[in-house]
Amino acid sequence: MRYGRAPEVLKDVTFDLAPGSFHFLTGPSGAGKSTLLKLIYLAERPSRGHIEMFGRDVEAVAPADRPFLRRRIGVVFQEFRLLDHLSAFDNVALPLRIAGDRPEKYRADVAELLTWVGLKSRMHALPPTLSGGEKQRLAIARAVVARPDILLADEPTGNVDDAHALRILKLFVELNRLGTTVLIASHDEDLVARSGQPVLHLEGGRLKSFGRGVRP
Amino acid sequence: MSEMFDPLRWKPAPLLPRRDPRDGALVFVVAVLCFLACVTLIGALAADRAARGWTGQLTGSATVVVRAVGGETPDTAAARAAEALSGVPGVSEARALEKAKAEALLEPWLGREALLDDLPIPRLVAVDLDPKKPATALALDRALKAAGLDATVDDHSLWIGDIERAAAIARWAGLGVFLLILTATAAVIGFATRSAMAAHRETIEVLHLSGAQPGFIIRLFQARFARTAALAGLLGASGAAIIGSLARLAGGGQGLTPVLPVAWIDLLAVAPTPVLAALVAAVAARLAAGGLIGEMP
Repeated sequence: MRYGRAPEVLKDVTFDLAPGSFHFLTGPSGAGKSTLLKLIYLAERPSRGHIEMFGRDVEAVAPADRPFLRRRIGVVFQEFRLLDHLSAFDNVALPLRIAGDRPEKYRADVAELLTWVGLKSRMHALPPTLSGGEKQRLAIARAVVARPDILLADEPTGNVDDAHALRILKLFVELNRLGTTVLIASHDEDLVARSGQPVLHLEGGRLKSFGRGVRP
Repeated sequence: MSEMFDPLRWKPAPLLPRRDPRDGALVFVVAVLCFLACVTLIGALAADRAARGWTGQLTGSATVVVRAVGGETPDTAAARAAEALSGVPGVSEARALEKAKAEALLEPWLGREALLDDLPIPRLVAVDLDPKKPATALALDRALKAAGLDATVDDHSLWIGDIERAAAIARWAGLGVFLLILTATAAVIGFATRSAMAAHRETIEVLHLSGAQPGFIIRLFQARFARTAALAGLLGASGAAIIGSLARLAGGGQGLTPVLPVAWIDLLAVAPTPVLAALVAAVAARLAAGGLIGEMP
């Protein structure tokens, strides 16, 4: 994978995530973690090679079907990417709204999830009024609300304290138990170690090591 | 504050911000364009009516110039001509005009002083034609010749052609200006859509990556710009209708000038403007938004 004529960010990266698996994606800054996640959540197209998601070659998926593929992917963006003009509640409800669900069907679920991530008293708040940690929890709530088949998170615990980081990790583990495949890009070595989950380690754009459950 | 928020009474908020600082300028520009389009339309309708009125008057009548020959007096010749023409099929009425009327017609060219009594001024016969089946100039000419009169028939065909050409030019010019303004409106809306999409790129990308179909995102912008253009169209059309009303009130049925006799019914022509503006905006926004979303992976 390369951007324009710049050097390749990812080179010959080949791996297979088993459905229902849980992995951390580690590596130094510039190793290509975010680019790899972008390729998986279809924000970028590979300059060479191919990606298969849910048993389908992504490049072969018709443009009209790509949105349905994206709805199966939950993403926690590193920079949150919350919609500043929408309340916390509206931000979390967004994926369900896009999927065409009726508000009366998901209102209670959204409220429960916001309560679970510790934002019960901030449901009405606009993102610019939230702290970094609150924004992060809100972004996580939005990513998981539609129970995606795969959850991708880019540094999801970067702005929260240890207690909240563990709480978030528990949420991811719980989702994983319910069948969601989880891939978390993280610098937090302590969190990675405590989780006991397998690791994909990127370095210089290459996949250097593979933990348990990954077939290179 | 938080206890005031009841999730069970929550209703989804608009996905695009309700207000945009750029909306005011866009409404102004589109309203001005709609105003110009409506004024053009009212003007074209009025000019068309004037041309039709004149053509109708001219095609419904003919003028015959009678010159007395031999010992016959001009008045007798004119009376005979009127009698001869009255019997022609397709003529409703033929009447000899008095000498004073013929002099009044010549006065602007010859002046009052030059109209001496002994000047052989030809007499005129005004002929009203049957509007359903008017007599031809040839038929009138034959009837006059049969009566032994030296006369020339003017069926106004020269003027009718000129007026019809002028009316056609006014109609097509009006339509051309109207279409030009319509195109400019579409271009402005397209530009505004692109600018708004650039401003809301973050929203669009989040919607896109969350699985929103292109049509879902396009409809957001389409609806927004259609609403804005409808409001601008309403303002522009109202402005033009006010100007048209003032012209009608100030000039009466004849209009401010005989060339633009604005009728109240002309003002109804601007009524569809908000819908038309919304439609143009919707199409322009759809094309602009569709193009930009199509560039996304």
